[in-house]
This record gives sequence, structure tokens and C-alpha cells, in this order.
Amino acid sequence: MSILDFPHKQSAHCESGATASLLSHAGFPLSEAMVFGIGAGIFFGYVPFVKLNGFPLTTYRTRPGAIFSRVTKNLHCKVIQKRYRHKKQAMAELDQMLEQGIAVGLQTSVFWLPYIPAALRFHFNAHNLIVIGKEEDRYLISDPVVPDLVWCPAQDLENARFAQGALAPKGRCYYLDQVPDPGHLAQPMVQGMRSVCSDMLAPIPVAGVRGMRLMARSMPKWEQKYGQRRAKYCLAQVVRMQEEIGTGGAGFRFIYAAFLQEAASYLGAPQLAAVAQDLTAIGDSWREFALQATRCCKGRSAATYTDLATLVADQAEREERLFRQLRALTKQLGR
Amino acid sequence: MRRDEVPQDSGVLEDNQVVNYALDDEGNYCLTATAGWAPVNDANRLAWEDIQEQLQHIRQDIVAGKFSPLAYYMTRAQMDVALLARYAAVARWRVRRHLRPAVFKKLGSEQLGHYAQLFGISVAQLVQLPATDDLPMESGAVVCGEHHE
Repeated sequence: MSILDFPHKQSAHCESGATASLLSHAGFPLSEAMVFGIGAGIFFGYVPFVKLNGFPLTTYRTRPGAIFSRVTKNLHCKVIQKRYRHKKQAMAELDQMLEQGIAVGLQTSVFWLPYIPAALRFHFNAHNLIVIGKEEDRYLISDPVVPDLVWCPAQDLENARFAQGALAPKGRCYYLDQVPDPGHLAQPMVQGMRSVCSDMLAPIPVAGVRGMRLMARSMPKWEQKYGQRRAKYCLAQVVRMQEEIGTGGAGFRFIYAAFLQEAASYLGAPQLAAVAQDLTAIGDSWREFALQATRCCKGRSAATYTDLATLVADQAEREERLFRQLRALTKQLGR
Repeated sequence: MRRDEVPQDSGVLEDNQVVNYALDDEGNYCLTATAGWAPVNDANRLAWEDIQEQLQHIRQDIVAGKFSPLAYYMTRAQMDVALLARYAAVARWRVRRHLRPAVFKKLGSEQLGHYAQLFGISVAQLVQLPATDDLPMESGAVVCGEHHE
């Protein structure tokens, strides 16, 4: 079977990276940061009633799948998406699509992918990758977070596509059928910024800056609630959500700042560049938070959970100011 | 974060690199390769320590006859009863029964083979505890903090 000529490029985040390379493959190269911005990827959520490994779900990004759907919608792409009940049928149709010369995006679980470093193989079911070829019993994969193309045995890929549990992919595959010339990107960019501002400033206790404040309020109680040992694991989980593979650093703050910077020059709006600079500073503080938090876990710093909570509350303050400013700017920029 | 500040602390990524967004000399964002960052390595290690600790407890329970070895392999694969039930396509209450040593001993080779395949081990391995946990923590890693006895 043939192998497609596909513009593989290593990205920071799997979903924005996969979307960007599918668009490039269709003839409209957009940067990953631009896709992340148009797809309104930045977010914060602290959801105590949804548990992950027994700890509250903490996220620095929007829900899986949202970036892809927002970008393709705002750029008026025609998307074909399928889910399957039968594994054999899912794999057979994948082979057919490849034969037709289609690069196919898949939703997978990193737990089953052998080329992912063992220490990172947890049950996370919303990893995106693109299959671009097949040879005997293995597939050639453009995984956005991996530097080069990788081969993956068919059985492992099948397992990864039919992972179980939260966000089970059910063999989901997707590709872009028709991609119209996106033309001027001002409208989708401003649209993306508006979505981000309304998500981050939403009047929902677990979302956006209010979610950060909720986390800041509950952090000092973690030791009492989970016990000293488990509280460390809870804190470590927050750090992993913020910094582990696929965030571009500082829980997606840097990649969004990169988008704002690109938007500033594209739209000729220097005010956006100033916002990008502020967001970079906020990102640097998130990095500092991660550093202090892991030191606290290891008992190497005097920082207590209360001190860390103060840092988070401070971040909430700064992000609220930033997104209010951005919202005011979108009103000027938007038509 | 400036490009020259992007950390290069290898660890969980093994020999791989991922990309970070960082500022170049002109203050423009660019993609910069990183081998990892120490706090991320530490946080990841803590996640595996959590699992290791659970495995220690389960080992004791299995030796004490409270659980079957299935409980061990389930936990090592970061699964709970609900998730294992989904993967094995078996009702939850049946998985819970299979966690009991008396029931597990009587399981047929077909059901055992099914579980073994899921965990990527042989049936012979499934019916007993392995000598070591063999978790992907950094080599030479010593579990920090106090141990449970």
C-alpha cells in the first residue's frame, strides 16, 4: 500500500497539531498556534465532582474535540467523522481510506500506543494522531507530539482506537473532505478570542477564573481531606495537567500567547501584542507555581498548600484582568 | 520563558523530545525542543509512586488471601473494576467475583486467557504475583518519603 506524502510537523499539543497538519495537507497551511487560537483552546477548569485517579479533575484546556470542531466550523470545512461498533470494520475502512489517498485522523488512547514513553502511558482517551500509510501489519503514523513519523503495529492501533472508559473513542476517525480557501482569517480569529473570553469569564463556579479561585480555596484543605501522602499526589496531578506532554509549557498559556502575537501582526493590532506579553508573564508565574508545587511535594521547600493557593488566587486575578481586556479588544476588532 | 531558559532535564521522555513555546531574542514566539523539565519528571514519578503504593497494599491483601492476583494486575494496568469490566466485556459484578481467590481459582482457561491477553502476560503469570512491580519509573529511582510496612 502506498504511503501518503504528508507534512508532518512536531507540535506542542496533539489536537491543534493534528488539525493544523490536516489543513496544511489540504493546501492551507496554518500554524499550530493559529489553530489553537481559532479553536479557542485555552481554558481552566477545576471540577471536584469529576474524579481522575481519585482526585478532582483539573484542566488547563478546553474539552477534547472542541478545537477541531470550532476550527473546522469557523473555516467552513466539510468534515467526515465516523464511530464504529465493530473493530474489524473500523480497521477495514481505515485501510480503504488510506487506499483512496486520505490522511485519516484518529482518536486514540495513549495507554496502548507502544511508541509513547512508558512513563506517560496513562488511560487518556483523547489523543489525536494521523494515519498516513500501511505496510503489511503496521501503520505509519504522524503523531503531532512526536518528532518523526512512527510505525505502529496494527493490533496496538486497534486497541488504542477501542479504548474503554471516560471519553472512549469508539474507533472515531475523521478527515477533511472539502476545505474552502479560508481567505481572510480576521473573523474566525476574533470569534475564537470571544469564545475564550466567555469561557474564562463564565459565571460557572468550576470554569475559568472562577475555577481557579475554587481550586485556591480548596487547596489549603487538601492535606486534611486526603491525608498528607495523598495530598502530594493530588498536587502532582495538577502539575502534570499543567506541564506534562502536550501543553507547550505553562498549561497552554505560552501557545495562546503565541497565537495572540501572530494575531497582532496579522490584524495590525499592537494592543494584542501587549496582551500576549502579559500572558507570557502569567505563564512564567504558572511555571513558578509548578516548580514550587513539586518542591512542596518533595518536602524541599517551605511553601505550604496555603502559599500555593495564594499563588493560584493571584493568577486568577491576573487572568481575569487579561481576559476582560481581551474581550474589550475583540469589540474594537470585531465586525 | 525565553528560548535559552527552556529546560533540558531528561527523564520521563526517555530519549525523546517535545516542543515548548518560548521567546527568541526579538521577543517573538518560536517552537523550541525540550528534553523535559525536572518538576514534570518529579510529578510523573509521584503518580507512579501512588500506583506503587497501591500495589504494595494489594500484594499484602493477596498474600493474606483477601484478593486474587487479578486485583494486582488490574491495579498495575491503572484500572478499576469498572474499567476492567469494560475492557474484558464482563459484567462488573463478575469482575468483582473474580477478585475473590476462591472464585478465581476455579476460573476456566478461556476466561483466564482473556484476562492474560488484556494485560499482555501469560496465564501462568496471571495466576501468581510477579517478583517485582516493574513500573516505568526512572531507573535507580528511590521512592522518597516513608514506606508503609
